[in-house]
Amino acid sequence: MVGPGVVLEGLTKTWHGPGGPVAAVKGIDVSIPRGETVALLGPNGAGKSTTIDMLLGLARPDRGTVSVLGRAPGDAVAHGLVGAMLQAGALIRDLSVRELVTMFAGLYPNPLEVDDAMRLAGLDAVASQRTQKLSGGETQRVRFALALASNPELLVLDEPTVAMDVEARRGFWRAMREFASRGKTVLFATHYLDEADQNADRIVLMAQGRIVVDGPPTEVKARVGTRTIRATLPDVPAAELEQLPGVTAVTRHGASVTLVCSSSDEALRILLGRYPDARDLEVTGAGLEDAFVELTRDAA
Amino acid sequence: MTGLTYLRYELRRTFRNRRFFVFSLGFPIALFFMIAGPNRHTHDFGGSGLSAPLYYMVGLSSFGTMMAMVSTGARIAGERQVGWTRQLRVTPLSSRDYLRAKVVTAYAMAGLSVASLYVSGAILGVSIPVGKWIQMTILIAIALLPFAALGIFLGHLLNVDAIGPATGGTVTVLAFISGTWFPVNSGFFHAVGQFVPSYWLVQAAHVPTNGQPWGTRGWADVLVWTAVLVGAAGYAYRRDTGRL
Repeated sequence: MVGPGVVLEGLTKTWHGPGGPVAAVKGIDVSIPRGETVALLGPNGAGKSTTIDMLLGLARPDRGTVSVLGRAPGDAVAHGLVGAMLQAGALIRDLSVRELVTMFAGLYPNPLEVDDAMRLAGLDAVASQRTQKLSGGETQRVRFALALASNPELLVLDEPTVAMDVEARRGFWRAMREFASRGKTVLFATHYLDEADQNADRIVLMAQGRIVVDGPPTEVKARVGTRTIRATLPDVPAAELEQLPGVTAVTRHGASVTLVCSSSDEALRILLGRYPDARDLEVTGAGLEDAFVELTRDAA
Repeated sequence: MTGLTYLRYELRRTFRNRRFFVFSLGFPIALFFMIAGPNRHTHDFGGSGLSAPLYYMVGLSSFGTMMAMVSTGARIAGERQVGWTRQLRVTPLSSRDYLRAKVVTAYAMAGLSVASLYVSGAILGVSIPVGKWIQMTILIAIALLPFAALGIFLGHLLNVDAIGPATGGTVTVLAFISGTWFPVNSGFFHAVGQFVPSYWLVQAAHVPTNGQPWGTRGWADVLVWTAVLVGAAGYAYRRDTGRL
């Protein structure tokens, strides 16, 4: 479906807490067409949740405008066009999982079949359990089922995988992509680059209340997706390793070296070919936090 | 019909809560038999002009129903704590349907409390014509209006830790000065008691003997309290949720 999905213009919000004012969002512009899946990526305190609160009508912007499917946020919510899985939160007690999903679906004009929502969220096994007896991961899945049950045009997920283990995450994202493939618009917040990369058409990278990068995952990865290779490799000068393709910097601590890479795949291939005695290899994604700090320094 | 769906499940989960049955229903019944049982042949209890069973049937109904009404506050505070109130705000459920469900649920619990005390009263020999039962029940329902608002007010104002002492303390003090435990016919508490809405709740017991126990004073008192607490509840709800 073509048409305006989400349009944020000049959005600004400052919270007034006991520690003084905190400028959470400092004037952002985002336009998401219908049917697109967009990741809002950023470290804690980047302004992701505040942006989502304004998008859902839970917070009023100090300046700027929000339009959701051509309507004001509250209006879109009242028409049942928006489904949301908010950050954190538990469930009300004394209902079974199926009853809770059924009740929630009943609040919307055009809900999914309860069975469909339960299946998508992987809840068939716990359908008759009381909500207060669920594990943290199951609770998250129920909250996802509630958002799905509303069968919204716009699905908003604020750090949805926080309490989930690896397998649960995989199932969750599979379900999200299946739902998105029905022509729905999805906006999710995360602080994991991998999640954003694998599940979004586009990444909006936020740091310190501003948008730093807005583009396809490849573009964002090129800016922040550095990886580090660590290895035990005595007797090779750091300066020599720095010459390897894909390597940007090298540090040495005794027998172990750390290579900061722009392309770890390429560097690793050459490294193993040229130094067969390299041991204890470890490849890790560089902390996004570090990348954000770099990027915001660039932006300032 | 979104509001009715919400109401139906709100009732269902409230009645599954065992603590409610113990404290809001069981406790007043147990007290009733403990206090009124030994005095069941007292015909003018404490100068009230009422038999002890009738007096305590209504007195403990007042206590049980007040508890039932303000326990809405505890449920609301609990829902706020787990983020459920916020979750509901991003659904099409309107403020009116939300608040209506809370009030109707509170009245349903209060209705059970009254009915269980009526049955207990009948067991101890309270016998009133059907018309008087109905009239008395209507007065009790009206006198509970301020308490419906009080529950919503406190629930959206206080957190989970504060709500228990706040509602329990409020109801206990009001019950005491209103004559729930024993008749308060004179003195300081009598003077103060007439200004609180629960006093008129207890006075509903006089329906079987003199028909109209409130008079202008009682009606005015109940209506003013209703207006004040509905205003306060609306304020707390708006402040808490940011809704209009």
